[in-house]
Amino acid sequence: MLLTTATAAALMLLQQAPAEGTDWDAEFGVETKERDPVTDEFPVDPYPQSNANAGAGPYNSARLVEAFGGREGIRRIAERTVELSEADPRIAAIFESHDMVRLKRTLSEQFCYLLGAGCDYTGRDMRTIHAEMGVTKADMNALVENLQAAMRETGVPFAAQNRLLAKLAPMSRQVVTR
Amino acid sequence: MTHLLAPMLALTAAAAAPEPALRIAYAPMLDAEAKAEAPVIPPAPLPLDATPTQRAMAPPGEVTALADEGLRIGKVDVLAGGKLLLTNGVSTLEGSSGGGLARWATIGGRQMRSGIGLSAHGIAIELPDFGWRSYGGLLGLGDRLELSIARADFDTRDAGALLGIGQGYTFNLDTFGAKLRVTGDAVYGETWLPQIAIGVEHKRSRDAALVRALGAADASGTDYTLSVTKLLLAQSLLVNGTLRYTKANELGLLGFGSANAGYRVQFEGSLSYQLSRRAVIGAEYRSKPDNLGLGDDDWMDIFAAYALTDHLTLTAAYVDLGSIATFSDQRGGFLSAQVAF
Repeated sequence: MLLTTATAAALMLLQQAPAEGTDWDAEFGVETKERDPVTDEFPVDPYPQSNANAGAGPYNSARLVEAFGGREGIRRIAERTVELSEADPRIAAIFESHDMVRLKRTLSEQFCYLLGAGCDYTGRDMRTIHAEMGVTKADMNALVENLQAAMRETGVPFAAQNRLLAKLAPMSRQVVTR
Repeated sequence: MTHLLAPMLALTAAAAAPEPALRIAYAPMLDAEAKAEAPVIPPAPLPLDATPTQRAMAPPGEVTALADEGLRIGKVDVLAGGKLLLTNGVSTLEGSSGGGLARWATIGGRQMRSGIGLSAHGIAIELPDFGWRSYGGLLGLGDRLELSIARADFDTRDAGALLGIGQGYTFNLDTFGAKLRVTGDAVYGETWLPQIAIGVEHKRSRDAALVRALGAADASGTDYTLSVTKLLLAQSLLVNGTLRYTKANELGLLGFGSANAGYRVQFEGSLSYQLSRRAVIGAEYRSKPDNLGLGDDDWMDIFAAYALTDHLTLTAAYVDLGSIATFSDQRGGFLSAQVAF
């Protein structure tokens, strides 16, 4: 017993303290992603970009775009939807560890494209994005409620709100995986 | 001694008079930061598996009778909700989820897949010569099965005396329903694929001797239904249609079939327009057989439904039930309340 304690004490004394300023991430091979200084987004692996990835074709109605407050209004709605969802205890966990800067941009592009406000969608397709997320229909309902809240705050008439949802609802087949 | 005491006294003096400016500056700075964040979302109740201490310390969330988190038993969410407003429909006269008169393909209760939901309702109809009261409840199992039970009391008031069955004679009908969603989704999925459900409604008249005397062949019978429901979001329209294979006379209040008439296919449907998340207006139509030759008419109504809260839905309608037991022009008001979890 005494011998063990003495050996342990001796070993502790013999241990060398690690050098000051050791880069532990490098020591353990932790890769860190840096945000792009221009876009503030994390880089993603390349993929073929196409408006077909948006999951549906666009409307062609100037009045509808106007009801959403133009591109600026659409961008605000998309960003607000993401913010509400990040703060929504029902679905916040799904958004953790994803790039919210990028999501806000691509979601805004998708809405803008679907509403026919003249944007191109540069994100990935719905099935690829949601493949590993395990989204349920209840999660989708929560997101719809947050989107409705965002549209309501912006003053989009209900019938116009439903026209955007009409484009999104059929995508549940790619989004809901369990 | 003195040179030892001096620094000690200095320390004590420092402790007795700390720089007050530092401490006071702290609080408003923290407050300012908290204000800048301005959380719009009400604090969420902690999950049920959090430690009791954590739950006790957490600020109270939005309070509802059963909260919104429900209960989790094994892999089943009990009364946890999750449906979009009004997508559970409102209770029909026969206790199933639907639009008041017409059965829909929707599954009642607010539960999602692998959840259990409950709903209870009461309906009152005031007609020139009759009064209808019905109440019941249903159990929703996932997005798949709905089991319902309802009791209807049909007060004949003065008409009872004129018909010779007694002043204020009240017909009673019990309905036991089941509905199974076969495929499709009322809200999501392909626009061309509606929610499709099959179902049965077994009804038992509690006035067996009287309905037989009126000419009905049976005092109990079973309806078979095939329903489709789809929310056409681009038009904000909710479309429903149900084919009902039935032999019921006045829903079964006057028994089932007659000496020379039995099962026949009838249609019931509704069309409603969404004004907002919470409000819909619409119209319904329901065809009925006239097995007894009493001038049993088709029924129709125009209605407005409002989801007062996530759980409480109120429906008001103007109904035209045509002729009932030879008393014509039975038009009046319909009110219903439904509580769902």
